[in-house]
Amino acid sequence: MQLNEYIAERLAHRRPLLMTHVVCGYPSFEANWRELEIMAEHGVAFVELQFPFSEPSADGPLFVKANQESLARGTTVTQCLEFMARVTAAFPFRVLMMGYYNTAFKMGHETYIERLAQAGACGYILPDLPIEEARPLQLLADAKGLSPIVLMTPTSTDARLAALGAVARGFVYCVARRGVTGASTTMGDELGAFLARCRAATSLPLAVGFGVSTAEDLQFIGDHAEIAIIGTAALRAWEQGGETALQSFFGGLGV
Amino acid sequence: MNLFDFAPGREGYYGNYGGCFLPEILHSTIEELQAGFRAAKNDPVFWQEYRALLSEYSCRPTPITHLANLSRDLGGAQIYVKREDLNHTGSHKLNNVMGQGLLTKRLGKTRVIAETGAGQHGFATATMAAKFGFSCRIYMGAVDIARQRPNVFWMENLGAEVISVQDGQQTLKDAINAAMRDWATNMADTHYVLGTACGAHPFPEMVSWFQSVIGLEARGQMLQAAGKLPDRVYACVGGGSNAIGLFQGFIDDPDVELVGCEAGGLGPGIGKHASRLAYTDASVGVAQGMKTYFLQNDEGNMNETHSISAGLDYIGVNPILVHLWEKGRVRFEAATDAEVADALRLVMRREGLIPALESTHAFVRAIREAPSMRRDEVILINQSGRADKDIFTVAEALGDAKWKQFIKDKAALYAAE
Repeated sequence: MQLNEYIAERLAHRRPLLMTHVVCGYPSFEANWRELEIMAEHGVAFVELQFPFSEPSADGPLFVKANQESLARGTTVTQCLEFMARVTAAFPFRVLMMGYYNTAFKMGHETYIERLAQAGACGYILPDLPIEEARPLQLLADAKGLSPIVLMTPTSTDARLAALGAVARGFVYCVARRGVTGASTTMGDELGAFLARCRAATSLPLAVGFGVSTAEDLQFIGDHAEIAIIGTAALRAWEQGGETALQSFFGGLGV
Repeated sequence: MNLFDFAPGREGYYGNYGGCFLPEILHSTIEELQAGFRAAKNDPVFWQEYRALLSEYSCRPTPITHLANLSRDLGGAQIYVKREDLNHTGSHKLNNVMGQGLLTKRLGKTRVIAETGAGQHGFATATMAAKFGFSCRIYMGAVDIARQRPNVFWMENLGAEVISVQDGQQTLKDAINAAMRDWATNMADTHYVLGTACGAHPFPEMVSWFQSVIGLEARGQMLQAAGKLPDRVYACVGGGSNAIGLFQGFIDDPDVELVGCEAGGLGPGIGKHASRLAYTDASVGVAQGMKTYFLQNDEGNMNETHSISAGLDYIGVNPILVHLWEKGRVRFEAATDAEVADALRLVMRREGLIPALESTHAFVRAIREAPSMRRDEVILINQSGRADKDIFTVAEALGDAKWKQFIKDKAALYAAE
């Protein structure tokens, strides 16, 4: 099933859909698996598997720590890909690779796309790869049916949003505010206006991330977009109380 | 050779290196900076204002010094030194910082942030911010703060807020990541004063332009002092800003050989040095906004680096220098920690100069090569900074027992307070 059909089919049952995030190998692959089981129980539609990188410059403090500690434990790209293959075979949600461009660059574009496809990914998010540099990778991704996810941001001009919309695939990742992951976001008129600008720039579904953590946030996002992205908040819950806390975090979202 | 005459669609690229790899949230900010910088570079009044500011605030033009004793001792080429150590705050860093300060004003921003490794760039940025009335925050790795308290002391007393970066290796690259995160949040009123000719376009071009004053001055000064152009020019390369600054003065003189001197640390081997080009441990990657050579593993994660000098202790290198290296225009060499300590002692004793540990890497190669050159040949070394204010670091590098005793006594005195 194509990504757009998958999203449409899932939206018939609930809105917004959820996309969650796991940093591979942090705190461990075993813990990752348990997190994913809980996420699946709560009907998550997409999961980003972050491949840890030594210079995670677009991430906030909690994910920075997670990247660093995962690497210190010896996590490799090969392990992440093997984990991804096990995850896509076992769970109903769709999986995206999230990480930094150097991981793909060092592996070689062809190998990167080939290995993601083999591991069952539906796409990838590389926040430090601007669209001006993304075309060679995108052509390979198109051939394999992988979706390179484009980010739209509140600082993007309408002309820039149009350029981003023209190359977007699958869905669009709308960054709800300035800054990096992890800080809270005010869900209000300003965000609504930004999402309306995104909507005008693409016919693809909109996913909203950065600072999403409450049932109220989900309600707001459901009114303006198709997918809510839960990143730091879920990891914070796990850090505070393991699976019990993660269960009650998702329970509290009303999902 | 115009390094900055980019082909359409290749803005910010030097051969295969450079570019602009930033998160989308910074796209409009970097476009604004590119446009603001382009306008300033095309405005002769801006350059005049910049040169005037440096001459009234920072002793420019800095002189050229002939090392008569050392030249005689070595018995080969005549050695001259460009005295960037005489800049206010003690290094060439001030050139770039003052230029970016003027640009910050032009952009209408009121807050500056910067990363710093050894603290030289942070120190220079803090003085600039004080002079221009900007609020100022400096990101510095926790490990570097522990090593460089004197520079932190000055930054704080100049009114800057120094943030201790606890991520990663807690050194320069991590401070750059932290500064990027701040910029991605506060770009509306904030300019990021990057300290070296690295990072996303236009930073390599911009920093190179401001630092080109070194080479512009040096070329004329050498013709006057030595009666000819130098045969070889040596500069240390960490990020690579003092080197590209000096080299630009001689880039169109094919008979002038340009030599970049990297941190050889404990010698070749992963984690033992910070030589990206002189040794073979680095490979091409994309990080910190640019495509260049990085000391990284096969999966693209960065390796640990080591150097006696914090200012050269960096994973990546100026993409312009990589391009010039590939074209055979710049030769790269490494100087080890031990060679640096020896050369520093020699230069202090024979010439009374106190080059920074960073700059001393360039002295090492020049001193090694001078004896095999003819007496009518001429060497120029960039003394990019001075070491007397880094007394803690230098005393440790030289293993000075009396200094250590002094610190112990002083600590006992404070402990008793």
